[in-house]
Amino acid sequence: MKSLDELAKIRENRREALKIREGIPSATEKAHVMMCGGAGCISSKCTDVVDAMKESLSKNGIADQVQIILTGCMGPCDMGPVAIVYPDATFYRRLKPKDAEAIVEEHIMKGNMVQRLLYRSPGAKEPTPKVDDIDLFAKQKKIVLRNNFYIDPTSIEDYIANNGYAALGKALVEMKPEGIIEEVKKSGLRGRGGAGFSSGMKWGFTANAKGTPKYVVCNGDEGDPGAFMDRSVLEGDPHSVIEGMAICGRAIGAEQGYIYVRAEYPLAIERLDYAIKKAREYGLLGNDIFGAGFNFDIEIRIGAGAFVCGEETALLKSIEGKRGEPRPRPPFPANAGVWGKPTVLNNVETWANIPEIILKGADWYAAIGTEKSKGTKIFALAGRINNTGIVEVPMGTTLREIVFEIGGGIPRKKQFKAVQTGGPSGGCIPAEHLDTPIDYESLGEIGSMMGSGGMIVMDEDTCMVDIAKFFLDFVVDESCGKCSPCRIGTKRMYEIIDRISNGEGREGDIELLIELANTIESTALCGLGQTAPNPVLSTIRYFRNEYEEHIKDKKCACNVCEFKE
Amino acid sequence: MAECACNCGEDELTKQLDKIIDPYRGQPGGLIQVLTKSQELIGYLPKWVQVRIAEGLGVSLQEVYGVVTFYAFFSLIPRGRHKLSVCAGTACYVKGMKTLIKSLRDVIGVKPGQTTPDSRFTLEIVRCIGACGLAPAMIVDGKDVHGRIEPEQIPEILEQYA
Ligand SMILES: Cc1cc2nc3c(=O)[nH]c(=O)nc-3n(C[C@H](O)[C@H](O)[C@H](O)COP(=O)(O)O)c2cc1C
Ligand code: SF4
Ligand code: FES
Ligand code: FES
Repeated sequence: MKSLDELAKIRENRREALKIREGIPSATEKAHVMMCGGAGCISSKCTDVVDAMKESLSKNGIADQVQIILTGCMGPCDMGPVAIVYPDATFYRRLKPKDAEAIVEEHIMKGNMVQRLLYRSPGAKEPTPKVDDIDLFAKQKKIVLRNNFYIDPTSIEDYIANNGYAALGKALVEMKPEGIIEEVKKSGLRGRGGAGFSSGMKWGFTANAKGTPKYVVCNGDEGDPGAFMDRSVLEGDPHSVIEGMAICGRAIGAEQGYIYVRAEYPLAIERLDYAIKKAREYGLLGNDIFGAGFNFDIEIRIGAGAFVCGEETALLKSIEGKRGEPRPRPPFPANAGVWGKPTVLNNVETWANIPEIILKGADWYAAIGTEKSKGTKIFALAGRINNTGIVEVPMGTTLREIVFEIGGGIPRKKQFKAVQTGGPSGGCIPAEHLDTPIDYESLGEIGSMMGSGGMIVMDEDTCMVDIAKFFLDFVVDESCGKCSPCRIGTKRMYEIIDRISNGEGREGDIELLIELANTIESTALCGLGQTAPNPVLSTIRYFRNEYEEHIKDKKCACNVCEFKE
Repeated sequence: MAECACNCGEDELTKQLDKIIDPYRGQPGGLIQVLTKSQELIGYLPKWVQVRIAEGLGVSLQEVYGVVTFYAFFSLIPRGRHKLSVCAGTACYVKGMKTLIKSLRDVIGVKPGQTTPDSRFTLEIVRCIGACGLAPAMIVDGKDVHGRIEPEQIPEILEQYA
């Protein structure tokens, strides 16, 4: 790619070819079927539906007039397999292979939507056929997932058609490195990996740090168990991450990037690998990109199943092929990152925001969200909730809106008890705080944290002592063992909570847990240990009565804990 | 010395292993990639493989062993033909993962971390496979995702994996 004109030409051509996905019927093609190929829909056998559809298309002799595209997760995983049929933008759900024929012969060939496969909002008599009218999506705002219903993740030209790589072009041809950093600072973008540090400041520190070469790293370790936002971005729109990283490369003066992805995500790795190859082929990675004398390339590094490797200093070690043990900070990666060199490390979702910020401007971005938390956040909704899946909402949306409006509330008329955010570092938020707007500060104030975006809903049948025990078990398992407060302290906490859940809890155990928690928080070396007590502390704070019931009455009101006789 | 899963004989296996090592010769930074691919090839990481990798990349055997034991993904012992990885992430836990493990144990008779005597299945626990919306979930052989598993369905699911 040597010029903005060249990019524009590809964009115009491709847009023409994809008009059908904007609702404009085509003379040569009957339909584009966007079939969700996320992990949820794959487990509900979407590929069998694709096979059946192909068969039916061939049987009817129109295989060459219909494209079937496997996309990343579309969001409403519990309704899977889901698909959108263009040009009508009809949303179909719960597809079975036997439904493929009806879609082909009724909808695609005759123009009659297949009524029984359409979405109906709870209580509504009439279905909602068009994807844009569906209530689930209406409250969402898609910036990171901007390409979600539109592109084929394996097509770089699809990405370009929706303004892909235009931000990189703008950054290279029209902006100065300092200007790029200034724009990111002004946008108010904060890290989506959990801590919420200003991305622009981080870039600024790294740009000013002494030492060359510099590096750009993407954290795709996604360790929070119960979260798959980053995965859906990597699988559904890998170029958005590549483009974001390349823009940063220009801003800080780096020529090499690394994307660290966990081995549990083979499809994400495959898609990224392919996207990187394509980007090289189109001259969007490699030498002299856009003729601006800027070189940048990216390598993938695969994580091998250690939660602590999501922590930045551990991740950097792991990239070097070593044991992923954290080290004390400072020095921060901005000064001493990969191979000891200045490095910017950001989360997948953070990276995917960058192209939109550069293209549409900091002011546009900063107008979305709250005073201190700008833009949108993706959440993975799961647990005891009606609509499970992925949602992207503006910062400042309340927990209640997410759980009850977008998420459709609790199944089987059960009572809501708590929502857990922040994974093993976060906490359980009770009903009294459901009107809390989602932003970094508010979630911290109520004893949880934003975290990476996992949101697990619990109902009256979930025992909070058992949940706290679950998270402690997790951190005991994942502690790297380098420092003793975490290695030994979390183990002691686990033993105490284990005996409480066995009906062998003692008077004073709750106080003991709190004391241990405070010590671990203030003395552990890395974030894993420092935040490990949070699930326990937040459940004690809001559900102390459940602990007391277990200890004093030897009773688990939810009938989850098994007491020793 | 190890037996090769594809019956191609040890020498062939060594040759294939060298092919994995070659691009990273003398580059300690490639250790995790080489180990990942080698385990894909052989199924686990016996000592002779670790020795060969250590020599190839120019790191000590101790370092290789240190890395292999640090990461949950690597195994020092042979595993079954099929790997049943049950998700123990938060969403699956809240939706009955304990019952799923128990039922699996009842059917195949081994605990997580163990392999059946006939080498057909290895049962293991993983943290979130990204199918949280369809909890409880299990992934077989790292690729087939099964979601919303009811205990009654287990025999039927396992039947597909001989
Ligand atoms: C134990 C632990 C696990 C972490 N896991 C992740 C992770 O899986 N993904 C991630 O992006 N950040 C994770 N982080 C946060 C990173 O250390 C780092 O702050 C982040 O990747 C920086 O990117 P951001 O500024 O874009 O958020 C983890 C931190 C700790 C302490
Ligand atoms: S706090 Fe835990 S995970 Fe972090 S360095 Fe210490 S032992 Fe390792
Ligand atoms: S995987 Fe298909 S909607 Fe999430
Ligand atoms: S928690 Fe089980 S798939 Fe995510």
